This record gives sequence, C-alpha cells and structure tokens, in this order.
Amino acid sequence: MTAEPILSVRNLTTAFRADGGWKPVVRNVSFDVSAGETLAIVGESGSGKSVTSLSIMRLLAEGSSRIEGEVILNGRNLLALSEKEMRAVRGNEVSMIFQEPMTSLNPIFTIGRQISEVLTRHKGMTATQARAETIRMLERVRIPNANTRFDEYPHQFSGGMRQRVMIAMALASRPKLLIADEPTTALDVTIQGQILDLIKELQDEEGMAVLFITHDMGVVAEIADRTVVMFRGDAVETGPTSEIFHHGEHPYTRALLSAVPKLGSMEGRTAPLRFPVVDTKTGISVAPVESKGTVSTQQPILEVKNLVTRFPVRSGLFSRQTGAIHAVENVSFDLRQGETLSLVGESGCGKSTTGRSIMRLIEPTSGEIQLDGYNVRGLGSMELQRMRKSIQMIFQDPFSSLNPRMNVGQAIAEPFLKHRLGNRAEAREKAAYLLDRVGLSGDIMGRFPHEFSGGQRQRIAIARALSLDPKVIVADESVSALDVSIKAQVCNLLLDLQESLDLAFLFISHDMAVVERVSHRVAVMYLGEIVEIGPRAAVFENPQHPYTKKLMAAVPVPDPARRGIRRGISNDELKSPVRPVGFKPPVRQYREVSDGHLVQVA
Amino acid sequence: MPVYIGKRLLVAIPTLLIISIFVFSLQKLLPGDPILAMAGEERDPAVLELLREKYRLNDPIPVQYVTWIGGVLTGDLGISLRTNQPVTELIAQKLPVTIQLAIMSMIFAFVIGVPMGILAAVKKNTVLDYVASLVALSGLSVPNFWLGIMLILLVSVNLGWLPASGFESIFVDPVRSLQTMIMPSFVLGTALAATLMRHTRSAMLGVLSADYIRTARAKGLSPRDVILSHSFRNALLPVITLTALLFGELLAGAVLTEQIFTIPGFGKLIVDAVFNRDYAVVQGVVMCTAVGFILMNLIADILYVLLNPRLRASL
Repeated sequence: MTAEPILSVRNLTTAFRADGGWKPVVRNVSFDVSAGETLAIVGESGSGKSVTSLSIMRLLAEGSSRIEGEVILNGRNLLALSEKEMRAVRGNEVSMIFQEPMTSLNPIFTIGRQISEVLTRHKGMTATQARAETIRMLERVRIPNANTRFDEYPHQFSGGMRQRVMIAMALASRPKLLIADEPTTALDVTIQGQILDLIKELQDEEGMAVLFITHDMGVVAEIADRTVVMFRGDAVETGPTSEIFHHGEHPYTRALLSAVPKLGSMEGRTAPLRFPVVDTKTGISVAPVESKGTVSTQQPILEVKNLVTRFPVRSGLFSRQTGAIHAVENVSFDLRQGETLSLVGESGCGKSTTGRSIMRLIEPTSGEIQLDGYNVRGLGSMELQRMRKSIQMIFQDPFSSLNPRMNVGQAIAEPFLKHRLGNRAEAREKAAYLLDRVGLSGDIMGRFPHEFSGGQRQRIAIARALSLDPKVIVADESVSALDVSIKAQVCNLLLDLQESLDLAFLFISHDMAVVERVSHRVAVMYLGEIVEIGPRAAVFENPQHPYTKKLMAAVPVPDPARRGIRRGISNDELKSPVRPVGFKPPVRQYREVSDGHLVQVA
Repeated sequence: MPVYIGKRLLVAIPTLLIISIFVFSLQKLLPGDPILAMAGEERDPAVLELLREKYRLNDPIPVQYVTWIGGVLTGDLGISLRTNQPVTELIAQKLPVTIQLAIMSMIFAFVIGVPMGILAAVKKNTVLDYVASLVALSGLSVPNFWLGIMLILLVSVNLGWLPASGFESIFVDPVRSLQTMIMPSFVLGTALAATLMRHTRSAMLGVLSADYIRTARAKGLSPRDVILSHSFRNALLPVITLTALLFGELLAGAVLTEQIFTIPGFGKLIVDAVFNRDYAVVQGVVMCTAVGFILMNLIADILYVLLNPRLRASL
C-alpha cells in the first residue's frame, strides 16, 4: 500500500447538463490505485460507478458533461490535458474493457485489425509487426488457433471469447492502468470464472493497476484488494476489501452486503428464506423470516412429461431443413401448489424455452403437459386462452415488458377485462388491490411506466401477472436484471405472495445463489436436458452431476477469504445443442440419490 | 454466394411476371384506341380493321398476353405502333441516355448527401446540423421542374455557361455531353441528396452511440478514424439499401427532368408513348424499368452482404 499510486483521483465531481442546469452524478470521489493492485468500485445502478470510470478516461460527451477535480496518472493531471494529448493516453497508458462483449467490438472489422490498430496507433508499429504482436496477445488471453482467428470477425466468437479479445486489445499497449467496467456481468457464470482468472493472471505478469467496476459483491470479494462503495454519486466507504466485508461502517454498505445472496448459506434449512432487510439510512437490520410450509401434498398442479421442443435449422437454395436446435429434450417434472421449482443453467440450456413451451408461447414438438386439469398440448385456441388464466409469466426486463403508452392501472386491468372477469369498476378495484399486495399504493394507477424505477416496474409486472388469479407463475429471470437490494425485496415479495396466495412458481434463473434462497426444489439443465433434479437441500449440499458441481464451483462467493483463488477452469465454451437431421437423442438413465433427488447417469 | 444470388433471381421471376400482367392489363383498361390514335384522319372501318388484324388486337386478351410475353422472353418487345420501329431498337437508343443521367445524378446525390449527413450527425444539435436539415428540407420541397427552370434561366440564359437543353452522346463528344447533362443531373441529384442526407444522418447517429464506437474512442483513435472508418462503414449499410430504392424515385424524376431539358431519354420515350397509346413501347419501357429496378436492388443486396461480414459468412 506504500507504493506510489499509479492513479490518484482527487475530489472528482462529474455533472451532467439537465433542464438547463448542472446535475452532479458523481460527487467528491477520491481514491488511489497502485501498481499491481486491484481496486473495486462497487455500487448499484445510478451510483455513478461507470460515470467515474468514463470521467477518468474523459469519454463522456463534451458539451453535456462537466468533470471537476483531479485525475492524476503518473504525476500528470489528465483533466488538464488537451483532447489530443488525452488521445495518446487512452488505449496506451489507460485501457478499458466494457460490459457488453457482444456489442463492444466493431462488427465489420476483423478482431485482428481491431487489436493491431492499438499497436499501430500508439506504438508506431508497422502492420506486420502489429500482426505478430497481436497474435502473441491472442495467445496470451488463451484464444486457441490465434494465427487463423486473427482474420475472423467478432460474430464468429462466443461472448467469453469476445471478452478475451477485448482484454487482448486493452493490454496490447501494456497500459499502466486497466479499467474493467463490469467485464463479466453479461457472461455465464463458468465463463465469468475463466475471465476473472485471466485478469488476475495477466495482472500478476504485467504488474498493472486494475480499477474494477462491478455490482457483484461476490466478484469484489474474489478480485479486489481494496474497495470503494458508491451510493447515489458518493463514495460512502473506502477500505481494504476484508474490512469492508467484515466491519463495514456505513449503513448502506451493510444493507448491500446483507442483501447479497451467498451460496451455501442455506445449509441445514429446508424451506426458502427471505432476505434480511437493512435500512440504508439507519443500518438497522430486520432478521429474515423463513417461509412457512406452503407446499401442498395434493396432486401436482403442473405435470410435464417428456417435453421436447426443437427448432428447425434451414439452409441452402430451397431452405431445406439441415438440422435442429434441440432446445428442450425429454424434460419431465411436476410442480405442486405453493411450491417453487427452479430451473437453473447457463445461456442456451433451454430453461426459458421450457417455460415458454409449457405455456405454449412456443409450440413444443412432443410430450405431455397437464396444467390445472388442462391437457395443454391438446387445447384449441379458445381453450388455450382460458388455460392461460391458470398460468402467467413475469419476464426479465421490467423496462420492455410494460407498454409505455398504457398507464399502470390499464396494464394491470387489461388481462382481467380481456378475460371478461368483470366490468371496468371491478377491474379498477382489482388493480388497486393488487398494487397494494405488491407493496405499491393504489393511487399510482394513472401514472405511466417511465415514471417508475426498475424494481417498481417489476412489482407492477407481478401485479399484472396476478390479475387473473393464476395458480402457476413462470418467473423467467424475473429478478436477474434488478439491483441487489431490489432483487432481495422482490424475492421477499414473491415468497410473501406464495404464502398468502398459495402460488406455484417455476423460477427460471441462472443465479445459483438466488435459486438456493427461494426454491423448494431445483432442476439443473444442460443442453436442453435436466441433468439433476431434487429437493433444494439435496442438490446444493450433495450435488452429484459433474455439471452441477462445475456450476456451483464457478459462483463467486462474497467472502474476501477467497481472494486470490484460481478455479483452474478449462477454457471450454458452452456446447451447442444443434443436431443434424435424423439425430436420435440417447436414452437417458437416472439414478435416485435420495428421496426425490435424481441425477442423470448416462 | 451463388446460392444467395440464385435465390434472389428465383424470387425475381414471379415479381416480373406479376408486373408484366399488371402492365399489360392496365393498358387494356385504359380508355382510348391505339388504332384510332395511329390512323389519324383515316376513319375507314375496313382500314382500321386491317390494322387491328395486323397488330393482332382482335385476339382474345390472354392470347395477346401470351404472344407478347413470348416475344419478351425471346428479346422481341414488338413494334412501335407509332414509328414502326422495333421497341428493342428504341430502347437501345434511349437507354444509354437515361443511364448516363442516372449515374451522374447519383454521383451528385452522394457527393452532396452523404458528407452532409455525416457532418450533421457528428455536429448534432449545432448550427451546422440545423443548416444541413434546412437545406435538406428545401431540397425535398422544391419541385424538380421549378429548380430546373430556374437553373436554365440563371446558368444558361443569363450567364451563358452551359447549354440550356439538348443532348450529345458521351461517346461522340464527351465534353459537350457532360456540359448538357450537368444541370439535369444536378436537379435530379439534389432531391435524392436530401433523402440520402437524412438517412445518413440517422444511420450515423445510431452507430455513433454504439458500444464499439466507445471502444474505438477508448483506444485513443483520432476522431477521423472513429468517424470515417469505424462509424461510417457501419452506417453505410442501410444507406446502400436506400440507394437502390431511390433508383425508383430517380426514374420517376427523370420523366419530368428529361422533358424540361429536352433530353431524348427513357422518360421522354414513355411520355410520348403514353400520349400516343403506343402500347408496345409503354409495355417494353415499363418492363425494362422493372428489370432495371430489380437488378439495382439485387446489386444493393449483394453489396450489403459483401460489406457485412456477418451475412457474408452465412452464404
């Protein structure tokens, strides 16, 4: 810590032009980063953490932003440099990697060109020299066949590989400081593990300083030496990571940490457990309440047998079918009233397709679905409409799943009216009642979605899903896009609703820690199949399938004692479920580990 | 790539067939008798009947259609009722004129519209952007013929710099040919430039806010590289598609412009043919235009695919 800092930020204040005035979004933030050190800036959306990083790079739009304070890099104040001098700093002394590997690379240039551009721009290399150096960089970020992949385009790479390309590009000029702005947020958890490992390794080799911006406390615990906690534009607490985690002083730090689900924290419990709620102002904590026994012992409300959903892949002059995506393959499970069954897995594993197939939003290829007395696959269009009263869905993105031109009251009342469950007055009454249930007040009915925050919108979406009094709710990544503290509140709300309304949830998520918290039973999906299913405690405490184990090992745990761990995860990418025509899926065998805990063995 | 082109050509066949039926029936539905128009003062029923027989206008309409389309497929578009020349010959005479006009107009449109669009996007919400938008709006709202006439008055009549009308083939006298074509292609080009400018601007704005542009800036690239290389090449894609569609507008505009500058091109040919109920010529010209339009769009699609690595791979 005594080393001379590479980057020293002093009283950084960034303001945006709004309504004719200047509105500060980052206020008086100060911190240092030394060579070889990782400093994490952690905070929720709107905390100003990304704006801080863009201010350091001076990448904010000039006319509409104003940066004050000092950003001292190796003794030079970056804020005092001319734009031309600043360009020689960007990508050379300070590099940056971004959250979205899918959109952060230019789609029409080869990745080789995009990396070597940095070298020809800053290091004065010739094209040939830059090519050789780029290939060396690609090898260093462990991209196989770097030599041939030099001439490939971004779309030919998976998300994880693109993020490797971004890292190679950022490190090509050997910067003194790397700013990583949520570099793993958009990645699957096993890929996230690989990228975190890679950043740590390269940092050890190069000795650069890393400024790591994230909202994920698990990632912070694993990667950061020191941590800055930001809240609504202020740095509320700065200190060594373990200090922050164990002796956080500021109420917000404590609130944030208590809201973070921690994998393995549910040992010895059977029922789902609510998240503790800590007041962000006072820091007073309300102890979490365990969910009451809600699971009915009667016939399951939803029974799925041998569900298969495939999408044809066509190509050639006459678009002949040349293969199929086996999105869901021979999936069977049941769900009781008052029960939460979680489907977990990484992107492309078929968990969302399963949810949509059950509602027949996507037409399944074969299988049987019994829902609340309906044989779902045999229903005509009129009956299908009626069936949907029994099953409703909550989506991931609360911003795009509400019609911006419908006010809240209309949005909630619409399903009620369309299904002719009553007249307008009754619909309004119902909407007011439901808003109250989801923790909002009934007098917001005349307002429009853009007036609400993400968490509030998700509550509105939940109220809308409840307006038909469904028995089953498919929650497709419904809390994934929400900030930690909001996520905790919405999870608690779902548990409350389950208790009082006896709802069955099909909880689709990639987040193992949240799943552990809210589920009664868990099914792990991989390449369209369920590889392991059972009571939550059995699956989490005694995982049997290698994929379940791998998935759990990859989850970052918010415990600073794990700082510096290397997972040694191989460079595997997620496999593709595309099969040729006539492919016969193998017949799977399952072994019963304990009561209701099944694992695929062959 | 051959599969892709093959697919597109297959799709073009029914399109052309539908156009041919449409063009053919429209002719039959229009009031007016070509034979009367052709016979002039002659009103002897026997003569008229003879003419009808000669041009096979007494056959049932489907038979007439089949005869015509059979001819089209073998490269025979029939004989002009008016001049007795083969329609193919007429088209071969007039087509190069219009092609030259089209190419020169497109050059004007691109040279004016695209840089203005880029500039307006980069300097969004500044005086420059407003001025560009204003110019574009006037370009769209000023009628071609008015601009044409004003230009003739100013440049030819008052200043005497350029000839007011007429045409010379580029192969015979290139300088004179360019001189006669500058004004008409400028008139045609400005209208297209306005549309191009608006679209280039919005395409550029979309690209400039993309994550990969932020990446390019974070690499320390110069504004020139960021705008011209990283942004514009991406923004060009939608502009290419638009250009092919603008080709239709160009042909429509050419009709009027050729009249004003008395250029003996396609536009003049079709106007004369319509007035004279010269069926064979109208049909031939329209079919030819349709083929040209489809071809332009095919070229645009191929270009689009070639410039877009993502699609290139799927071929």
